[in-house]
Amino acid sequence: MHELSIVSSVVDSVTESLAAYPGARVLEVRLRVGALAAVIEDSLQFCYGIATQGTPLEGSVLVVKTLPVLMYCAPCAELVELPGLQSFTCPRCGEPVGDLRQGRELEIESFEIDEGPAAPGAQKESGVEVKL
Amino acid sequence: MTTRIVELRRGILKKNDELAHGLRERYSAAGVLVLNLVSSPGTGKTAFLERTLTELRGRGARVAALVGDLETDNDARRLAASGAPVRQINTHGICHLEAEMVAKHLEGWDLGELDYLFIENVGNLVCPSSYDLGERIRVALLSVTEGEDKPLKYPTLFNSADAAILTKIDIAEPCGFDRDLALANINRIRPGIRIFETSARTGAGLDAWLDYLGERRAERALV
Repeated sequence: MHELSIVSSVVDSVTESLAAYPGARVLEVRLRVGALAAVIEDSLQFCYGIATQGTPLEGSVLVVKTLPVLMYCAPCAELVELPGLQSFTCPRCGEPVGDLRQGRELEIESFEIDEGPAAPGAQKESGVEVKL
Repeated sequence: MTTRIVELRRGILKKNDELAHGLRERYSAAGVLVLNLVSSPGTGKTAFLERTLTELRGRGARVAALVGDLETDNDARRLAASGAPVRQINTHGICHLEAEMVAKHLEGWDLGELDYLFIENVGNLVCPSSYDLGERIRVALLSVTEGEDKPLKYPTLFNSADAAILTKIDIAEPCGFDRDLALANINRIRPGIRIFETSARTGAGLDAWLDYLGERRAERALV
């Protein structure tokens, strides 16, 4: 159960980055989590509600994108996706695989903010701006 | 309203990873081989480590250990009986060790005076796998009393290990332990991993383990 400390790190990182957007409200935070990262989405979601209370992230939505395990199979000379975590063998040729290329990710991909009423002629900073 | 998507692409455990990277460089510069021992509570990490420290000292090696638990310094006192310098890390509720805790507890130790440093993690088969402590070798332990399918139940940890230890093999038979199945399961999750079958009580399998440590340390010295 280390999801609370993971989510707390997310809150700290996003809060830190928010300093560049004064007055902004966080709508959504998107994570990329590898299937081998040893975290459970339900626990992340549960902890997120608690960890964001009283922070600029309160009320925002946590979106978790799970990344499958990708291994490099030398005999096949290509990247293969493991269908599960019960056997680290190539699903194509059946040989054992040990060269992990994806699956341990635990990162914040992006977050979405509401900067308030559109200010005409406001300078755009980095990031994708969407007006609704 | 005006919405904006801010790309971060930042590792959630970036702070821990950076600290661990710094520790790894320190260990490497000092020439000390660092191992992180991970298992469930009750697998026998402390008994295995007590024996390992004593045997290594008997071979003339300079060893030290850090041991993590939520509370008490019982394990540190047990390990210190080997004569090696030992420090207890109490996490007070946190279910794993983090690089920062390790760095803090290394203060005042001259790593250049050590050949081996063992870090006994908090007994837990899930959370420690996410936290790099800067170790060179992650060791997953499994006892004959736990069930042969544990590697399948906790693949994230067994897949991240560099070596696996079966403990308490002296009581394998009365426990009805299926050795072949356990070895096959470990290999399914971490193909080709070095596995040592040991008993801290009888000393079985210890020589192979100590030889392996010596080899890995020599390798390190060549780098």
